[in-house]
Amino acid sequence: MNTDNTIVLKNSRLRRRGSPVGVLIYIILSMWALTTVYPFVWVIQNSFRVKKLIRSDSFSLPLGDSFTLDNYLTAFERVDIWGAYKNSLVISISVTVIVLILAALASYGMARYVFRGKEFLRSMIIASMMFPAFSTIIPVFRMMFNWGIVNTDSLGLSQLSVMLPQIAGNLSFAIVVLMGFIKSIPIELEEAAYMEGYSVFQILFKIIVPLAKPSFATVAIFTFLWSYNDLFTQMFFLRYKDTFTITRLLNEITSIAGVNYGLMAAAVVLVVVPVLLVYIVLQKNIIKGLTTGALKG
Amino acid sequence: MNSVIYKRKTPLLVLLIPSYLFMTVFLYYPFIMNIVNSFSKITGLGTSSEGYNSPWYGNYVKLFEDPVMRTALWNTLIMMLMTIAFQVGIALVLALMVDSIKKGGKFFRTVYFFPIVISATALGLLFNLIFLYNGGMVNQLIEKLGGTSIDWKDSAHYLFTMLFPVMWQYVGFYFVILVTGLNNISRDIYEAAEIDGAGGLSRIRYITLPLLRNVLCVCLTLAITGSLKVFDLPWIMMGSGMPLDMSWLTGTYMYHQTFSMGDVDYGATIGIVIVVLGVVVSQAASRIFKEKDY
Repeated sequence: MNTDNTIVLKNSRLRRRGSPVGVLIYIILSMWALTTVYPFVWVIQNSFRVKKLIRSDSFSLPLGDSFTLDNYLTAFERVDIWGAYKNSLVISISVTVIVLILAALASYGMARYVFRGKEFLRSMIIASMMFPAFSTIIPVFRMMFNWGIVNTDSLGLSQLSVMLPQIAGNLSFAIVVLMGFIKSIPIELEEAAYMEGYSVFQILFKIIVPLAKPSFATVAIFTFLWSYNDLFTQMFFLRYKDTFTITRLLNEITSIAGVNYGLMAAAVVLVVVPVLLVYIVLQKNIIKGLTTGALKG
Repeated sequence: MNSVIYKRKTPLLVLLIPSYLFMTVFLYYPFIMNIVNSFSKITGLGTSSEGYNSPWYGNYVKLFEDPVMRTALWNTLIMMLMTIAFQVGIALVLALMVDSIKKGGKFFRTVYFFPIVISATALGLLFNLIFLYNGGMVNQLIEKLGGTSIDWKDSAHYLFTMLFPVMWQYVGFYFVILVTGLNNISRDIYEAAEIDGAGGLSRIRYITLPLLRNVLCVCLTLAITGSLKVFDLPWIMMGSGMPLDMSWLTGTYMYHQTFSMGDVDYGATIGIVIVVLGVVVSQAASRIFKEKDY
């Protein structure tokens, strides 16, 4: 690590000021990086370790006798991981798609039209970002219970009951981000399209949406992640095993696994790794989107 | 920007109604109903209200008499303070450091941010393994160094064990916001400062931090509202307020009252406390923060 740092420092403007400070900075930064990376390395290597060794020798690489795939085999055997993945994907993809469509319509309207009451509608969006799920979930549950879509043994209805509040909860963020972007598009393009005879909806879907693709990507990624990771809503509405999503399933794993820490490590890895891969591929969009969203919101 | 295209307002109905309908039905109406619920008597999530409480403000009296609620509020306030001090504090230090280096900034940004995309539920299980009493990662390390294992979830350590993962997970979030803020500071200002002889720490104190104040203000608000939303990690790691009802937060306690105790109207009341707390504290913070400058 040290050699790496000195190579890096050769080109740094800190070198002018003297290397010791620069080296120290790199060491501190690397140490924090270690705290964010090492726990995942640790859990991955222990998920491949014979389970009785995890509590005595967890730092070495699981090679030779201590290597095993048993933890993963037990995981797939004991809990329905594939089913949970399927449920998670159905819910989170539906939420993402619906949020994108609704937010595209609303943000376009809010960005381009001038009308009475616009300021009020805008502040409605901002205010709703302040409502934590804790303060709305009970009435939402009771309302949907009266509609007959909560606490049923139907898989589809259970999924619908998670999706509806999640869509509402993610809409305001999506609208704020997209509105900011659409405002920055020069209106001349739309006027030219209008001359060509495009309707308002054609302008939205054939001109605005393609131009705003990066913003849509950001909103999509965040909505998906929030929905996928949102344990609170899922705990309220998913009461039966066959409706469990990955996150909801993990919440039960402590009672399923007991003291089988190998199984627990494997379960954590199975949930974390797909997200990790997606993150590595899409990280540019994720980070950029977060900052625009947070600083505007 | 009132272009000819947008003179005719009818399409506006199609554009706006779906979203606002959703928000009205699933956010605004429930929010108001929640206030009504907090004055009612409701014994099950699915059962209808049995009329108003007597006295109607009974739940609010209960808030003050409930010692566990006091613990939950206290813990949440500690969480808030720690979030501001450590999440934003560490993030600021790291951001200033990354801003001063030329190479590797992107790498650190990617690595620092990534705990945020991982579900807090998975992180909770991971930290359960790390802080396991009998052979967890930390205790193995302690034993290797010749110490004795610590019960990380006993009454002396629970606060640290609960707060540390939350702090750790979100440092990267504030880090990225602050780094973006730093990037927006014009390089010319720094050059001018260098000519005037302000370098190193005095440059940070007199130029960077004042220019970063708006961004820091955003971070502060996000930290306050964010710490009220924390649920998954403490829920997974601390079960039902263990040890002995000491580790409740307002969010987890609200869930516990609603689901485990069946006191739905009290759960609704706690939900309102969370909103009020968020609004009051963030307003107060932004006021204090703004006045300091003058």
